[in-house]
Amino acid sequence: MIAALLLLALLGGWEAYARLGGVEEIVLPAPSAVLAALYDDRALLWSNFTVTAGEIALGMLAALALGLACAVAIHFSSALRQALYPLLIGSQTIPIVLVAPLLVAWWGFGLVPKLAIVALVCFFPIVVPTLDALERVDADLRKLMRTFGASRWQTFRMVEAPAALPGLLTGAKLSVAVAAIAAVLAELAGSDSGLGNLMLKAIPQFETARAFAAVLVLSVFAVALFGLLALAERRLVPWAHQPRGTAP
Amino acid sequence: MLTRIRAPEPARAEAGTELGAVPLRDVRKTFAPVRRRADPVTALDAVSLHAAPGEIVAVVGPSGCGKTTLLELICGLLEPDAGTVQAAPAALMAQRDLLLPWRSAVDNAALALRVAGVGREQARAQAADLLHDFGLGGFGRARPHELSGGMRQRVAFARTLLSGRPVLCLDEPFAALDALTRQDMQDWLAGALAVAPRTVVLVTHDVEEAIVLADRVVVLSPRPGRVVATLDVDVPRPRRRTDPRLVALRERALRELRR
Repeated sequence: MIAALLLLALLGGWEAYARLGGVEEIVLPAPSAVLAALYDDRALLWSNFTVTAGEIALGMLAALALGLACAVAIHFSSALRQALYPLLIGSQTIPIVLVAPLLVAWWGFGLVPKLAIVALVCFFPIVVPTLDALERVDADLRKLMRTFGASRWQTFRMVEAPAALPGLLTGAKLSVAVAAIAAVLAELAGSDSGLGNLMLKAIPQFETARAFAAVLVLSVFAVALFGLLALAERRLVPWAHQPRGTAP
Repeated sequence: MLTRIRAPEPARAEAGTELGAVPLRDVRKTFAPVRRRADPVTALDAVSLHAAPGEIVAVVGPSGCGKTTLLELICGLLEPDAGTVQAAPAALMAQRDLLLPWRSAVDNAALALRVAGVGREQARAQAADLLHDFGLGGFGRARPHELSGGMRQRVAFARTLLSGRPVLCLDEPFAALDALTRQDMQDWLAGALAVAPRTVVLVTHDVEEAIVLADRVVVLSPRPGRVVATLDVDVPRPRRRTDPRLVALRERALRELRR
């Protein structure tokens, strides 16, 4: 309720500023103009949206698979921890705008460089909470499993993996927003379709409202994806959000 | 040396007939200092303890006398620095129930069976039977957070029993419960062990709990833990807390503890 009011107030302020503030429409279109563009260009926006949504979804899936594998590998081996963790943190400092053209030069205008960039950006926020959850498993639980004669693998499968699932989902939620930005940046570096590509072409054509409409579509998609993950979280790991008494 | 049995036979686990002894002789355990330049900590020194098959031995002592270390030695989680531990395979039950929040009561109780390779359905059936015996018949599908503290401890005890280990190591199993529930659980445990006898080493700081439950009470000194007294509780079961013989033994144990 308050969020809706706040949004309305913001939009109202924006509309008033765009109309009365003396700003050029090609610099800041009014919300009404953005909505009009959203309707007029719906076919164009939709066809480009499917491209970008595919890049985000597949890139995040790749990041989830790689991130999970990496967190488990680090968890199992202290040698890998020492070798991989610094690289992992280092990988986060690589400016995408620098790498993206290189990837485009290697792999062309297609899907692959976009997937690589989205995965690169999402990887870190997925690995860290997953690894954290793995490490936070109660030491007494590991002892208990040992007295039952459990192997390292059994302890992982029955205790550690389920305990890490909330971390993995938290990581996925964290990476939704950066995944959208990464996909747009990747498209700016070289592409023939996608919402980023659309924005890139709309600006020099003085179709600023269309570029804003593309941003709106992307934001709504990110929010929906986040909501979907939150829902999955409630279905998959209900125990992570309930009062747990003395349980681990 | 410790002998470990990898997979308990489910049938044996259920019948609970296989019993094992726990002989400890002159055991010493020292831990490296937490900080550099601090002295190493000797948790146990020259501790000998013997639990005959089917016997319930309680170990009481002040905080920090190495009670938990003693159990971890028996369970094979630690190796002694000196002396010998020749315990039969033992299962540990801690003060915290350590139930897995994503497993139902039945699946939690069946955990050790699943580790031993028993099939899901068979393990569940065995666990459900035992939970039923423990008065938790209607709670098999409940998650741990839906159960009371006493119920959770009973699930944890079912899990410990179903591990099929001939020796049970109970580490202050009821310390986290309120006084009334604790007394109920002590009576309940006495009943459960009368039905399914096991060799039990029970560590507690509750002298009354030790006297009510055990055949023998071993009193440890403050760190480093040494055996300062051994009291035989020659009172037939079922026992009443107000039994004058138990009251007298409790006074004696408390005197030994304060010495």
